[in-house]
Amino acid sequence: MKVKVKFFAILRERAGTGEITKEIRKGSTVAELWEALQRDYSKLAPVDMRLLYAVNQVYVKADYVLKERDEVVFVPPVSGGS
Amino acid sequence: MFRVTREAIDLQGLVDFVTDPEAGAIVTFIGTTRNNNEGRKVIALDYEAYPEMAEKELARLGEEAKKRWDIRRMAIVHRIGPVRITESSVIIAVSAAHRADAFEACRFAIEEIKKSVPIWKKELFEGGEVWIGTQSGQPLPGR
Repeated sequence: MKVKVKFFAILRERAGTGEITKEIRKGSTVAELWEALQRDYSKLAPVDMRLLYAVNQVYVKADYVLKERDEVVFVPPVSGGS
Repeated sequence: MFRVTREAIDLQGLVDFVTDPEAGAIVTFIGTTRNNNEGRKVIALDYEAYPEMAEKELARLGEEAKKRWDIRRMAIVHRIGPVRITESSVIIAVSAAHRADAFEACRFAIEEIKKSVPIWKKELFEGGEVWIGTQSGQPLPGR
């Protein structure tokens, strides 16, 4: 099945793209997707920061099981405000 | 009103939005780009957002503030793209019957923005650039 992955900020720069579609096994968790992406995009590894996970614009835990067409974002440390 | 925008933020627009006949106070917070940070001469802050989620998270903060304090209305607008020295990156406006609630809710909003809203800033300084916050851990969003 396919999921959409969006990259932002430092991860967008490291991946060299802002959005991809990724084929994953049914039952994959968001953490497993991240492992796979690190193999696809070598510059994403090693992860030298704490990442949060968001699926369909809501924060989820690492063991969240992905569904077809989910929109997944790996959230690097946020720094809005001023 | 909970938005991210590429345009300069209109303070009066937010004040008008939160104006309420039952309010005795309106508190505003304006976050601006400072010309220095940790010894670096800052040229600009370049903000990036996951806009759909950022607006949802800002609205969630507004809901949370309404549960905690007796406020009338709240507006938060965060700018994205380059924000130069003295320009505003974020403006918060809160109205309440009494000033204490407005001050506290406004303070809560800006502190929470820095923890949970998917907006990032790259500091452009003389001699380089750096994504702020990527060198340290971040707390989990409060929920």
